[in-house]
Amino acid sequence: MTFLQVTLFLWEGFKLSLLIFAVTLLCGAPLGLPIAFCSMSKFKPLKYITKVFVWIVRGIPLMLQIFIFYYAPGLVLNIPISRNINLFFLKNFGIENMGMIVPVLVAFAINYACYFSEIYRGGIESISQGQYEAGYVLGLTKFQVFKNIVLKQVIKRIVPPMSNEIITLIKDTALANCIMLPEIIMKAGELASREMLVWPLFYTGVFYLVFVGLLTIILGRVEKKLDYFKA
Amino acid sequence: MANLHIKDIYKNFGKTEVLKGISFTLNEGEVVSIIGSSGSGKTTLLRCLNFLETPDRGVISIDDKVLFDGDANIKLDDDEIRENRLHFGLVFQSFNLFPQYSVLENVTLAPKLLKKGTNEDIEQKAKQLIEQVGLTEKADSYPCQLSGGQQQRVAIARALALNPDILCFDEPTSALDPELTGEVLRVIKELKIAGRTMIVVTHEMEFAKNVSDKIIFMADGIIEEIGTPQEIFENPKSEKTKHFLQNSLERI
Ligand SMILES: Nc1ncnc2c1ncn2[C@@H]1O[C@H](COP(=O)(O)OP(=O)(O)O)[C@@H](O)[C@H]1O
Ligand SMILES: [Mg+2]
Repeated sequence: MTFLQVTLFLWEGFKLSLLIFAVTLLCGAPLGLPIAFCSMSKFKPLKYITKVFVWIVRGIPLMLQIFIFYYAPGLVLNIPISRNINLFFLKNFGIENMGMIVPVLVAFAINYACYFSEIYRGGIESISQGQYEAGYVLGLTKFQVFKNIVLKQVIKRIVPPMSNEIITLIKDTALANCIMLPEIIMKAGELASREMLVWPLFYTGVFYLVFVGLLTIILGRVEKKLDYFKA
Repeated sequence: MANLHIKDIYKNFGKTEVLKGISFTLNEGEVVSIIGSSGSGKTTLLRCLNFLETPDRGVISIDDKVLFDGDANIKLDDDEIRENRLHFGLVFQSFNLFPQYSVLENVTLAPKLLKKGTNEDIEQKAKQLIEQVGLTEKADSYPCQLSGGQQQRVAIARALALNPDILCFDEPTSALDPELTGEVLRVIKELKIAGRTMIVVTHEMEFAKNVSDKIIFMADGIIEEIGTPQEIFENPKSEKTKHFLQNSLERI
């Protein structure tokens, strides 16, 4: 195989990695917000249930959670594991008959939502009470204070830890191969066993590095944009 | 017209009785300074007036309008509380400016959100206030670019933007370097001349003497003594007042 052929072959796998990355971010980041609010709730039962949930999700390996979402529907609900759900959009990822990507996406989204929720909670709790009170004495509503005064300060504070998580996420997508989902490392493994080519396995690192480089630049810009004030 | 009447305010935090029956009257255009040692309940009193705390008992009214009546057993809802807060302004010891907004935006934020006029009117008024506190050149600066004294002057302009009936200050110069207290005290003095009704908690005795119509000396959650600056500073009746004033003189 030529270098170009290998590159294109691996790219097919990396597209899947990127899909998991994008879906996790788009679902996990918003989902983290209600989880964060629940874990700060004044209603004790809700608060503690949320905290236990976050503890479990953060406390067991993501790989295990993928297995849980992969096998649980069959074991608990007696729904057969379907490898033949036709998700039309997956055609673009060379995996048109891979209904099993759904458990991976669910596991990733929930797992990352919990990590994000802790970052949000830390950020929100780090804003001084004085900021809220300054807003309240001006007659603003709680919502106005949160949206117009607190939120941007929280965002500024959570950008660095969020950047870390986001960079970890793209590398975590490799875990999808535990249920034989053909992400980039699985594809490279295929070349190793079928074509006796080992170097593509190492070459996959370049894909990650380029992507992480891009992320670093983008996230650095966001951080820079919020540099104009101190909070 | 804005005459403030406070009657028999009590406030506990758990088992700690912090305010034990505070009553006084403040007429329009008057300035009252509250002095007293740390822990005597001065901050708590201002927080009650600004509805950051709810008193356990007592009545707060402005002219004939009762804002709070602890005996009426009516719990104020959020809207009523916000309505009440608009009668008062509060300048904090630690400024609490909004760091992500420029000086001008700090002053215009609340009036704009509360739709107190057209944006142009609000901005024009804000610029006037910023000029009044002597910060016209800094209108587009951010709080992190200002000295403590400048930040506190912005905080005053911000509190004035909603034109409260009564402006409260909680030790406005305590967080400032000594050389910066003057500029803040000067602004408060000018407000007095302009006829603002104000309550100032302060440890600046000389300032309190010069600017106030009345002095309240608080000790252990009660008003130990109330009177004109002359009465309090030159002829204090209570032993506690004498003791406090002596101590604060010694500090100098
Ligand atoms: N939120 C609170 N919870 C419990 N105790 C409080 C609270 N706020 C104030 N206190 C107590 O009330 C007393 C008076 O405090 P404060 O009003 O801040 O006094 P001052 O401003 O005169 O120094 C202090 O003993 C303080 O510990
Ligand atoms: Mg105090």
